[in-house]
Amino acid sequence: MATLSALHTKNKLYYLLLALGGLVVLAGLYAVHMMEEHGHIISGMNNQIVWGLPHVFAIFLIVAASGVLNVASIGSVFGKTIYKARAPLASLLSIAMLAGGLTVLMLDLGRPDRIIVAATNFNITSVFAWNIVLYSGMFSLVAVYLWTMMEQRMNCWTKPAGFAVFAWRFVLTTGTGLIFAFLLARQAYGSALLPPMFIVLSFAWGLAVFHVVQTVIYAWNEKVLDPTILQRKKNLLGIFVLGSLYMVATYHFTNLYFANRVEFEHFILFDGGLFPNLFWWGYLFLGNIVPLALIYLPGLGQTRCVMAASMAVVLGAFIFLYVFIIGGQAFPLSIFPGFEVGSTFADGQINEYHPSVYEFLVGIMGLAIAFMITTVSVRVLNFMPQDKHYIAD
Amino acid sequence: MSEVNNQRRAFLKTSLGAAAVAIAPGMLLFDMAHGSTEPVSGKVRWGMLIDTNQCKPGCDECVTACNTENGLSGGKLPTDSQWIRKIEIKDISTGRQTSLPMMCQHCEHPPCVDVCPTAASFKRADGIVLVDRHRCIGCRYCMMACPYKARSFVHEPIHDQNPDVPRGKGTVEGCSMCVHRIDEGLQPACATSCPNKAILFGDLNDPTSPIAQKLRVVASTQVRADLKLNTGIRYQGL
Repeated sequence: MATLSALHTKNKLYYLLLALGGLVVLAGLYAVHMMEEHGHIISGMNNQIVWGLPHVFAIFLIVAASGVLNVASIGSVFGKTIYKARAPLASLLSIAMLAGGLTVLMLDLGRPDRIIVAATNFNITSVFAWNIVLYSGMFSLVAVYLWTMMEQRMNCWTKPAGFAVFAWRFVLTTGTGLIFAFLLARQAYGSALLPPMFIVLSFAWGLAVFHVVQTVIYAWNEKVLDPTILQRKKNLLGIFVLGSLYMVATYHFTNLYFANRVEFEHFILFDGGLFPNLFWWGYLFLGNIVPLALIYLPGLGQTRCVMAASMAVVLGAFIFLYVFIIGGQAFPLSIFPGFEVGSTFADGQINEYHPSVYEFLVGIMGLAIAFMITTVSVRVLNFMPQDKHYIAD
Repeated sequence: MSEVNNQRRAFLKTSLGAAAVAIAPGMLLFDMAHGSTEPVSGKVRWGMLIDTNQCKPGCDECVTACNTENGLSGGKLPTDSQWIRKIEIKDISTGRQTSLPMMCQHCEHPPCVDVCPTAASFKRADGIVLVDRHRCIGCRYCMMACPYKARSFVHEPIHDQNPDVPRGKGTVEGCSMCVHRIDEGLQPACATSCPNKAILFGDLNDPTSPIAQKLRVVASTQVRADLKLNTGIRYQGL
């Protein structure tokens, strides 16, 4: 009887969680309605900081959606058994996060009602337009990939579908990096390093999200992950975190080498007020040092440590994107290099940004959408990784 | 039989008359609204030469004229649209100070046009860079891409618009070089309002135009010439 009542409690908890997710989505939709009614004036964004908090959430979700597929690719493309068992869950998370991220991006538009215009008028030179194709293509491709995995008769197609997804997500994250890489005039962006940097960041962020979700699912179902599998996956997270740190360090070092970007680097790393603090403490310490310590320090590295490390990586990712997106715009655009500049349009000034509750609600709605898609799907379909006793590949 | 035919004739006549009465005012209004239906010539490239020696610090007549012509509020909040602004610059090494108006530079290779996903940002055959307000989805990518911060986003609903210059909440806008005036054979508002005649407007491609002649004899610069955007706005005395 005790088990039955525990089941009832769990059931209630499930619906409570779902309702909470729904409430967050509703709050986000209310914020969208308010922005539609009053305009972006009620947000903290302005003519200097044109992309704000919604973009931090959306880009995290889209980049992580690509990165989480790494788990599936290692299974399908490189044939590693423990990852193969996790490919369906990874694909589901990818679809869920992509849906969340795209919803946020779309609803933050000045005219979200014109989305059909975006779908029917295609500017071939715009990386945004390419991304519309890349995102919708990714959606369909991952759906097909999931189908080939979950429908036994289609299993023979899993490998080619896995290959296609593997290639597509590289192009997709390249596209996301290119959004910034093509901004030739801004000191913070306009670098060919950004696409590969986003690809490596996606590996770490995606795997971290995967670890968090997997840990929760295992705990919910009162199962214990094979310690050997945990060991392998935590090591992989460590390598990805180190890899992404290397890319971010290279990006800043190359900027420091270019005389016309030194001032920007000083701003973002040392004297830019909130941004250097966020970068060093939020991104570097919380997002890198803490997870690496939790993974590699002797005596640590158990399930809880890996969960904490993954959460730290995710938090660090948000902080990184805040510094990258908002900090990059806060630094004044150099229109007259070598001159002191002043105007009524904030030329030569550090731009201020105070996010409003509305844009926060729009952003967090993306997380809630991803949460709801995942929660409902793992309940109605079988996404639980089915491990045989672990044998090294 | 003939009686029936007469009736039919009378009916057709009345119908034709009614149709003409119904359509004619519409046609007239259509013509008035659209003005000339001739396509813009690609042989022309409109541009400006701004003499910074004549531009006085503190004077913002061009800004006021632009606001009036285009129905802008003239507000200076970070969320207000500013199609043209006065910039005061000081050379850090020499201390020389200069005042100049800054607006869309109407580039030959405009980054805003390259990045716009819906092709709402476009360059007319005569070199004027514009935003199609019916196509703009308000993604603000052009604002990120513009090296001159020449674009503004409409952050709130707009009332009492100038019929010649339609604007819309949630879309991006910027200097149109007063395209509606140019199409009527007039000069942009900023050029005509400058008390010191610091803004010379004209066809860069016509060797006989005053702007082309002056550009041949005075030293002029393009802002951020290193980006190779070939701007339509040139500055003298920078």
